[in-house]
Amino acid sequence: MNAALALLRRDIALAFREGGAIGVALGFYLMVIAIAPFGLGPDINLLARVAPGLLWIALLLAALLSADRIFHNDYEDGSLDVLSMGPVPLAAVAASKSLAHWATTCVPLALLAPVLGLLLNFPIDAIPLLVLTMLAGTPAVSFIASIGASLTLGLRRSGLLLALLVLPLYVPVLIFGASTISTALTGPGSPWPPFLMLCAISLASIILAPIAAAAALRTSFR
Amino acid sequence: MSTPFTATLEARDVACDRGGRRLFENLSFSLEPGDGLLVQGPNGTGKTSLMRQIAGLLPLSAGEVSIGGVDADIPLAEFCHYVGHLNGVKASLTVRENLSFWSRFLHGDSEWDDMETALDVFGLTEIADVAAGFLSAGQKRKLALSRLFACARPIWLLDEPSVSLDAASVERLGRAIKKHGEAGGIAIVSTHVPLATPLSYTLDLHRLDPVRDPHLDASEGDLA
Repeated sequence: MNAALALLRRDIALAFREGGAIGVALGFYLMVIAIAPFGLGPDINLLARVAPGLLWIALLLAALLSADRIFHNDYEDGSLDVLSMGPVPLAAVAASKSLAHWATTCVPLALLAPVLGLLLNFPIDAIPLLVLTMLAGTPAVSFIASIGASLTLGLRRSGLLLALLVLPLYVPVLIFGASTISTALTGPGSPWPPFLMLCAISLASIILAPIAAAAALRTSFR
Repeated sequence: MSTPFTATLEARDVACDRGGRRLFENLSFSLEPGDGLLVQGPNGTGKTSLMRQIAGLLPLSAGEVSIGGVDADIPLAEFCHYVGHLNGVKASLTVRENLSFWSRFLHGDSEWDDMETALDVFGLTEIADVAAGFLSAGQKRKLALSRLFACARPIWLLDEPSVSLDAASVERLGRAIKKHGEAGGIAIVSTHVPLATPLSYTLDLHRLDPVRDPHLDASEGDLA
């Protein structure tokens, strides 16, 4: 457990020291949301209606930008070899690295979402729910991305392939994430059933994705 | 480092396939606490592959490698240090941070060894607070090798450890391997540069007609 915590701490420290990935993800999120009204037109009611879906789609794409880095740097400099020989199973290494990706990419994106929501006429009183939904759903984003990152390890242009592999797996997150917010805004019904489904998807991917990622990492050593 | 190690390492009929070619087969050896094995052979004969197989990074194509004299529930890889061609050094962390991360990670829940001693083995104390990105190739190599002292493990797998080291550091490495052997540790080293310390056995993967020894036996192999 201490080993996994040490790894988590190191990865978060590295992400903040190297900086680039977080800035690029936040910048990309801002740009996508900022240009959306140019394509959709100035109808503020339309923008408010599509805002939940748009905020989620752009967040998924922004999070994927840095997803191929989850294992890549450690693979390139040989750290991954040593990480696999530690006192924790490789699945715990994968979980710890996914968690670091969540903390350094998805949490900043989720916290930026309310600001970007203002650009889309997103109602201010629904902002706490928006942030809550994104914080609850984004662990699934990082953990599922870790499967794609481990499968594409060592390939050229792995980022694009990773997006192709992983985006279909994000469909449930997108459906329940966006519908939680839109049911809260326009009804009918309660937003909590889709929200709980979203939490369930996150919890399941936290448990299952590291096992799949570890299996894929094993093959990458060969 | 004072803990006397009791682990023994045994390989039985190990074979290695890479890219559809058989690099070596029927490789057997048995190492007692304190033994050293020098692995030699021209490029491409499987020195690195053998190290990675022992470290659990490559699957064995045949045979088995087993460790004795220790808790059987713990996988072999957790008793090994592997220092290969890549250093596992993060450019944006300082020398001390790099090493203390590996120490914490490799130790897990147990006590940490003394970081300053580990830094001192290769004389890295002076540059302990420099970001590792500014180090020379040789200094990065020393940092990677310092991992051996940041966490005590009985089996050292050193793949070309002397690459880009200066003469004085190669000598320090030789002394460290000797000291490790005196503490009961096992060292498996592949190198083209002669080490200051003679190792107890030599295995030539090219000839596979090893120095005859009661402990060490590798019969004929099919080499590329």
